[in-house]
This record gives sequence, structure tokens and C-alpha cells, in this order.
Amino acid sequence: MPIKVYFDYTATTPIDPKVLSAMLPYLRKDFGNASSIHQLGQISRAGIDRAREEAADFLGCQPQEIIFTGSATEADNLAIQGIIKKENPHIITSSVEHHAVWELCQVLGKKGLAEVTYLPVDREGIVNASDFKKAIKPNTILASIIYANNEIGTIQPIKEIGSIIKKANSQERKNKIYFHTDAVQAANYLDCKVEKLGVDLLTLSSHKIYGPKGVGLLYVKRGTPVKPLIYGGGQEGGLRSGTENVAGIVGFGAAVAEIQNPRTKIKNIKIRQLRDKLIKGVFKRISDVKLNGSKDLRLPNNINLSFRGAEGEAIVIALDQKGVAASTGSACSAKSLEPSHVLLALGMSDEEAHGSLRLSLGKYTTEEEINKVLKILPSIVERLRKISGIR
Amino acid sequence: MVQRPYYSKKVIERFMHPRNLGVIKDADGVGKVGNMKCGDLMELFIKVEKKKNKEVIKDIKFRTLGCAAAISTSDMICDLAKGKTFKEALKVGFQDIADKLGNMPPQKIHCCVLAQQGLKAAIEDYEKKKKSKK
Repeated sequence: MPIKVYFDYTATTPIDPKVLSAMLPYLRKDFGNASSIHQLGQISRAGIDRAREEAADFLGCQPQEIIFTGSATEADNLAIQGIIKKENPHIITSSVEHHAVWELCQVLGKKGLAEVTYLPVDREGIVNASDFKKAIKPNTILASIIYANNEIGTIQPIKEIGSIIKKANSQERKNKIYFHTDAVQAANYLDCKVEKLGVDLLTLSSHKIYGPKGVGLLYVKRGTPVKPLIYGGGQEGGLRSGTENVAGIVGFGAAVAEIQNPRTKIKNIKIRQLRDKLIKGVFKRISDVKLNGSKDLRLPNNINLSFRGAEGEAIVIALDQKGVAASTGSACSAKSLEPSHVLLALGMSDEEAHGSLRLSLGKYTTEEEINKVLKILPSIVERLRKISGIR
Repeated sequence: MVQRPYYSKKVIERFMHPRNLGVIKDADGVGKVGNMKCGDLMELFIKVEKKKNKEVIKDIKFRTLGCAAAISTSDMICDLAKGKTFKEALKVGFQDIADKLGNMPPQKIHCCVLAQQGLKAAIEDYEKKKKSKK
């Protein structure tokens, strides 16, 4: 059955029609290479410049501080690998990072390229700012903490950590601590002004904000010593060589501009209301269910549930059969069979972690879609509990 | 455009409509395999009868907590083992289960192995019970 009901906005979002129309000229007649000095090239250059200004406006920074990349994963890698050049560097991160940061830190740790501290989280998935303070060492050069988590939507105290770092840096230190945050999931819903957050590096993704896939960006505060991972023609201020994905970048810019549209705020309130209706409805109709993550410090579009006696992937497949696209909270359905490191970090058991279902909403989510899920989910869970014999 | 599904139609069919679901209350052997780290717990129940001095699996049912693949392989091993002698049933390999079900993502092949192990465990349980009766 084709997908009719979409509850996987955290995985990716459809392109906003406005974004698509902004992109189309650059896929057709305005195909120039932005590095070419002829007029066609300069049309592309102007498109990229405008997108850069839009992103800078959104983040409250200078356009020169925006580096477009091929993905948010690349931007995370540029932020962390680009800065890790000192001897015996120490990185502080959290135990609920996105794979782009988590896997990279694991590799850096295993290879002995960096000493990594993974801050624990409480049962709601939130890092304690005082734990962060205690984790700072003389050789700490970088902190990377996700703004809002992709599985459970939990929001981290970035501002608080930002001021702890600022204070630490104001004291006598051999190494300045730079602060990176992955704001990919936060961008649609939270204040991303870099000055307020106190970050030196910040990652955004285009396809999570109704833009095209294949574009990300890294905000690099002026004076932050980041070295490129990719060398070549010196595009993006030398930090990201390679001919620019002009249409993609233009689309990204249009998508960022759309978040700034006052109507987005109103839509976000509606998303939260629909989300709360769905949670309430599930709890009313299904027993032995748990909401994972925080009730309040949570993105307004995120639901992550665990059902006793029903496995998450099985629920997703059964929903898919009814035309509903959702996701497991665990990575089990992807490559690994291990339960998600994020859910385990919350102190959940393996069983609970495997039983999790993520329903993520977006600006096109309707009341009918909510009702449809509420109608079919109870019988799916009931059937799987019958199969497992656990209830 | 050809769309290659994550699971084959057969996996989905068995997952949505398993034929051998249930518990045999007076089972002669029970095989319990899997662990929650990989997310699957499988129980196979067998009823055994003697035919011409050979032990035959007369009935087999399952109960599984796990993903769609684990549920479908549980159901399929029951089909493949039913009516067979122990010797024949133990010859069923994980690849036979996979072949019967059609394509499955590589990381799910372990569910076929689990089903094979579940059957083996059920037969072993039967043998153990038989010995202790003697």
C-alpha cells in the first residue's frame, strides 16, 4: 500500500513547494558554476550568496561564518575532526548524540586520536550542566552536545553549557574550549541564535527543514581554528572544496527563510497540539505503554513510545502495511541489531529499547492522520502481544 | 521502476497472518531461544508421536517477541518441521527458511538461524524429558 500517512518527519521532510520553485531555475537555465567569472557563473554565485545571508540571518551571525557542506554528517565531522589537531586532545560529548557525532567520537577514541568523555543523561535523556563542568580538563579543547535529540526529541541545556564554557575560557587556560552543537532537529522549533547559545560551531541540515537532501552547513565562528577535511579548489572559504551544489544550497536558503516566517511559529503550536492529542489518545487506548524521554523538555513534533510485549520494528512494518510511515526508536531496523545507544543511555532495558516506536510530526501533519494512527495502532499492538504472549 | 521491498511478500504475509501461532499446553518439548539484546525471544512448542518406531513432529506452534522477520521465520520453521521425523526436521537449515521466505535484509538472516536453533532446542528438551522419565 502506498504511504498515505507520514509520521517520519525526523527522518526527512518533504520539500516545501516554495523551496522547490526557488531551486528550479538553477537546475534548468541557471546552471553555471559559481566559480566561473562569466555572467552565468555569477548568477549561481549570487544564489549561493543569498542563501548564505539567509542562513546567517537565521543564526544571527556573519555570512562568511557559514560553510555549506554535503550533509549535516559532514558538517559534524568538519567541526570535530577539523579542530582535533592538538596533541592528546580531550572532547566532551553526551551519550545521546546522533550517529554523526557518536560514531566519530568512538573512532577517535579507539584510534587514540582523542580522549572522549561521554556525559551521562538522566532518565529523561538530559545532560546535567554541573556534570559538564566537572568533566572539563586542562586538555579539553572541544565540547559537542546535540541541541535536541533525533530519537526522543529531548532538548539539552545548550545555553547553560555555553556559559560554563565561556567562564572556563575566561580563566587562565592553556587550551581554549570550543563549543559545537548539532542543531539539525532543533532548527524547526528552537532559537538557534549562536550568540545566545554561546556556540562556536553549529550544524544544520537542509532536508530536515523542508529543503532538499544533500546539503548541510556548519557555522564556524570567526577565529575558530578549523581545518578542512576536503582539499581542492578552495570553495567555501577553503573549508569545503568542491563545486557547490547550487540548487541545493539555494533550496536550503529558502527553507531556512521559511522557518523565519512568522507563520511557522503558529504552525509549531498546532504541531504540538496534534502531538499531545496523539500521545493522549495512545495512552487512553493502549495499556502498558511508556513515553520515552522528557515530557516538557522535548521538541513539539516528537513522540517516542515503548510498548510492553511488542517490538518496535514489527509495529513499524505493520503500520506500513496500513499506509502509515513511522520509525523505530532503535537502530535495529537499520544496520545494527543492538538497541539504540540513546535509549540505553536513559537507563532503559534492552527489551524496552527494542519496543520503541518513534512517531514524528511536521507542518503537513493533519488531524485526520492523527485519527488514523489512533484507529489502527491499538489493534496492531494487541495482535503483536498475542504473538509474543506477553501483555 | 522496480521497487525492491525491504521484506518479501512472503515475509510480510507470514508476519501479518501467521499460521502456526499459539501455545501447545501439553507440549512434549519446548525450545526457548534468543535474547533481548538482539530483540528477539522465540518459543517453539512440539507435540511428538511415534510412527514405525520413529519420533515424528505431529504438531508445532510458536510464540515470539520480535521483529517482523523473527515472527515470519518462527511461522516458517513450524511449516517446515511439521510431520517430519526428528532426523528430517534437524536437517532444515537456516538457508532453507530464508529461501522459503524470499528476500530478507542481510542483518535479518540471524532470525532464520534463531528459528533453526529454536527447533533444535525443542527437540533437545523432548529428549531430556524422555530421559528423566526413564
